Amino acid sequence: MGAVTTPDDDALVDRLQRGAFAYIGTYINPENGLVADTSRDGSPCSIAVVGFALSCYPIAVENGWITREAAAARTLKTLQFFHNSPQNDQPDSTGFRGFYYHFLDMKTGLRVWQCELSLIDTTLLLAGVLTAACYFDGAGPEAEIRELADALYRRVDWAWAQDGFGTVSQGWKPECGFLHYGWEGYNEATILYILGLGSPTHPLTPKSFGGWTMTYQWENLLGSDVLYSGPLFTHLFSHAWIDFRGIRDEFMRQSGSDYFENTKSAVALHREYGARNPNNYEGYGRDFWGITAGDGPGYRDMRVDGRDRRFFGYMSRGAPYGPDDGTIAPWAMLATLPFTRVAALSGTRHLLASHPQVCKEDRFSSGFNLTLPGDDGEGWLSDGWYGLDQGLLVMMIENARSGLIWKLLRGCPYVVAGLKRAGFDGGWLAP
Amino acid sequence: MKSTNIAPQLDRGDRAALIRRVRPENWSNPHPRDIYDLVVVGGGPAGIEAAQYARRLSLTVALVERNELGGNSLNVGSIPSNTLIHSARLCAQIRDAAEFAISSPAELKLDFATLKARMMRVRARIAEYHAIDRLQHDGVEIFFGEAQFSGPATLAMGATSLKFKKAIIATGARPQPPTFPGLDTIGYRTSNNIFDMPELPQRLVVIGGGPLGCELAQAFCRLGSHVTIIQNDPKFLPREERDAAELLSESMARDGVDIMLNTTVVGAHAENGTKFVDGKNYDKKVSVAADEILLSIGRLPNVENLDLKNAGVDCDDKGVKVDDFLRTANQNVYAAGDVCMSHKFTNVAWVSARMAVRNAFQDKGMRHSEMMIPWCTFCEPEIAHVGMQVWDAREKSIPVKTYTVMMQDVDRAITSGQDDGFVKIHVQDGTDRILGATIVATRASELINEVSVIMSAGIGMRALSRVIHTYPAQSEAIRLAALAYEKDHPGDV
Repeated sequence: MGAVTTPDDDALVDRLQRGAFAYIGTYINPENGLVADTSRDGSPCSIAVVGFALSCYPIAVENGWITREAAAARTLKTLQFFHNSPQNDQPDSTGFRGFYYHFLDMKTGLRVWQCELSLIDTTLLLAGVLTAACYFDGAGPEAEIRELADALYRRVDWAWAQDGFGTVSQGWKPECGFLHYGWEGYNEATILYILGLGSPTHPLTPKSFGGWTMTYQWENLLGSDVLYSGPLFTHLFSHAWIDFRGIRDEFMRQSGSDYFENTKSAVALHREYGARNPNNYEGYGRDFWGITAGDGPGYRDMRVDGRDRRFFGYMSRGAPYGPDDGTIAPWAMLATLPFTRVAALSGTRHLLASHPQVCKEDRFSSGFNLTLPGDDGEGWLSDGWYGLDQGLLVMMIENARSGLIWKLLRGCPYVVAGLKRAGFDGGWLAP
Repeated sequence: MKSTNIAPQLDRGDRAALIRRVRPENWSNPHPRDIYDLVVVGGGPAGIEAAQYARRLSLTVALVERNELGGNSLNVGSIPSNTLIHSARLCAQIRDAAEFAISSPAELKLDFATLKARMMRVRARIAEYHAIDRLQHDGVEIFFGEAQFSGPATLAMGATSLKFKKAIIATGARPQPPTFPGLDTIGYRTSNNIFDMPELPQRLVVIGGGPLGCELAQAFCRLGSHVTIIQNDPKFLPREERDAAELLSESMARDGVDIMLNTTVVGAHAENGTKFVDGKNYDKKVSVAADEILLSIGRLPNVENLDLKNAGVDCDDKGVKVDDFLRTANQNVYAAGDVCMSHKFTNVAWVSARMAVRNAFQDKGMRHSEMMIPWCTFCEPEIAHVGMQVWDAREKSIPVKTYTVMMQDVDRAITSGQDDGFVKIHVQDGTDRILGATIVATRASELINEVSVIMSAGIGMRALSRVIHTYPAQSEAIRLAALAYEKDHPGDV
């Protein structure tokens, strides 16, 4: 990675953004628009990655990486696939009640791995669908994009997904019904509730968002006042689409903050945790952080440098409560660019300078662990790339640079309605 | 760890002492008085506390117990379990001794019979403090046997009739039986008989991830059993907050407990002499082999044989129905302890018993909803709580801010290598009033009491920040939380 020697931060960021976007072009099935979950052989499609991809196409157009026509064609192909794919309660379908299965076969588009009909991943897909509808405002294929996007969004039966409860379930399987893994406390689901509340056809109940936020905790933790959630990605996903600057729900009005400021606090907390490094992991510091969901070394207990260590595979890691096995996501620091530019760039530059192997082909790997020696003695590194990481990075860099996605979604009537029904006001939502 | 068995006669003397203290052989019930000021039904922690407290008020008291004095806590609950847990902690400390520059034996050997004998010795010793002769010396008249209400002011014990002005029902609770088929056939254990096992089981399956299930799963794992714990919820300890429950999960996993969350037990069967617990994790079927099965899915109130209707007392599957003053539908009958309280802890039994007596005889109007109850789950790390949870405050529209200190940042926790956990103090935002606290730490059961005292005394965060603590000490975490508050409110201090 030669870019580390570049004195120009913007040039470095541009290059890394384009490198991340290239993942989509490489791992897409152009016949149906589905994008692979990871770069690994045989990887199925993740519908969330498709949602990120749909959101990245307008970015690519605005940056001159692809033409508007090509982006529209690819978007249309994707939306046509989802619109026409089977929606029923059979176990080998693509979706049901407007929701989609988390993982789909890259060619057939049918469910794989007996995975769940996923509410959050459908939400991320729909966020991409709505982004496309907001961006493609022309005639012809662009008009068809808007029609399909509207149909896809209106078809989703959010009310059904509450299963009679005050808050949403996390998923459903034809084999056993609804899954209740228990969503307690703040996490990435803000956008789920906003899209669910904004629906003109089958909305979530008005009190659902309040039912969820009732489990929030406003904490003074490691010197920061923060609505805590351990994994860093939970402070980023909803923000990839929605501009939370200055708008507040009841909880944030009471706490005197907003979700944008809260992510800044979360970054400060992660940096402080890195500096304190209570578990003495190799590398950790104020410029080496980014504990989040991602690939890991695999489940194993071993003794490293005289200490018993427990390592994990792909999982959601968090700070400071854990789990933490010394693994960071190398992309995560840069993904905080809209919130804390200095911290994001300082950490990213430090990482690239000291461990350039984490970024191959201008693209960050999913996980890196310096505590566990790898084959070359330079720490364990995840193979290949994960689509979620790349898509999120492209969007966050763009939001930091131009605010493109935030501006687009501010104009989405469903998002605005959802925010208002969730009790948000002020800022750009003010009349 | 390997378990060895030796002659199981180690506890003979202690067993005799215990029996002498909790239910002597050849006992004869006294001749009843014409009428008692108070009849207490049940000789567990609540019943004994009520009887002794009533005697201090110079009331005439009869205490009725159908089995042995001491109740769950002494005989099958906190006392034996904490004795076992202490041995388990020692095992873990020896296992981890290398971290502290001390070599540990290659193979730890557990003498299970000696451990059981120690449990008996501990029970016998503690039983002395509430022994029959002490109660008698205090003037409590003790009746052993089954009793039923025969009227609104009368209790019948066979041919004997005990008339009362007031009564307190304190019959406690018992483990809930299985709600799925097969377990009755193949045999299982509950908290009532888990400590009767002749030897340490090689494979133990614990059904239920409440406090007792978690405590014993971790303890038996540390003692050397291969333990699997099955919980139908997404997390352990449903009463506790997410961060506490997740830390416990991590800790148990580190110890080697196999954890199955979101798994519902649907049955049990035996094959070739091995027991199997069958479960369902959504669409996945699981079957876990076991030598012993501990069922810990809740407790049922002991009300069936009391003929409560005769006394006009209402009850349901949660227990005797009481109002906020612990009074039943019969104005002269009260209840206390596990039989009526949602928090089925010994300390709650004691306090509710006193409350019932005072409300019954002194018209004090004490409300059980105003009790401030600290509790603790005795895992490693311990998980303790007092006062409101954040969601309690938010439901009441009380703005709340939590001051959290990680034990990783506490000097004493670092020096002793016991730095898992945290102290969270919930404060009413805009004031320094402490609403509640959750502590996850090696000695959380002790640390939480400082917060209880502070809250009871009405001391706020400002004053707490000025209290000098010993150094280094785990309780420094509480002071650091108060200092964080002070930093947050520099003009107020």
